[in-house]
Amino acid sequence: MKIAVQKEDFDLSREIKALSGNPRIGAVASFIGLVRDVAMTLEHYPGMTERAITQIVEQAKSRWQVMDCTVIHRYGALEPNDQIVLVAVASAHRGDAFAACEFIMDYLKTQAPFWKQEQTPEGARWVEAKAADDKAAERWQ
Amino acid sequence: MKVKVLYFASLREKLGRDAEELELPAGVATVAALRIHLRGRGGVFESSFAEKILLRAAVNQDMVQPAAAVKAGDEVAFFPPVTGG
Repeated sequence: MKIAVQKEDFDLSREIKALSGNPRIGAVASFIGLVRDVAMTLEHYPGMTERAITQIVEQAKSRWQVMDCTVIHRYGALEPNDQIVLVAVASAHRGDAFAACEFIMDYLKTQAPFWKQEQTPEGARWVEAKAADDKAAERWQ
Repeated sequence: MKVKVLYFASLREKLGRDAEELELPAGVATVAALRIHLRGRGGVFESSFAEKILLRAAVNQDMVQPAAAVKAGDEVAFFPPVTGG
């Protein structure tokens, strides 16, 4: 289990390789979120962020078979096309891996204390939360 | 009682501060009551904590509902709905 909140970029293949070498793992599902359109700065709540992500992963583990999991979320200044977030879930079978990966992403969007500020031509603008993200998280309840 | 209050993102910018120690009057014992107390400071606090402004709160780094208790020594954070991922 790896949870990291960092400024630095990450490498997908290295992170997948680092997932436990348990021979019972038969599936790894991963998701990467990228910066779209404009440069942005990501602020977070140090301490709570790691705690919130840990709790989300624990919930996923209680619902699906999660044999290992990596979540990396970046903060600070990011440019278009930069990687923001990685969620990778290892399980015996793809069903659990896909579901847990999507669940973790949906909950991250509504529960992890990150805030995006976009650098638009008109100046800096805080991104507003979307109702669609709340809906996406609610469907798992 | 004394609590530490933190502000993030657009709320932090509007208030011009990211943290402060507050001595709360008796009776301010929930997140909702603290929010009303902060609104009562007037000025930028009144507009930033107005009822129509959508805010989330955390007590000791756990996201909570407005009815959650606030105790001496707690770290209470207010922030806009999150936009990570």
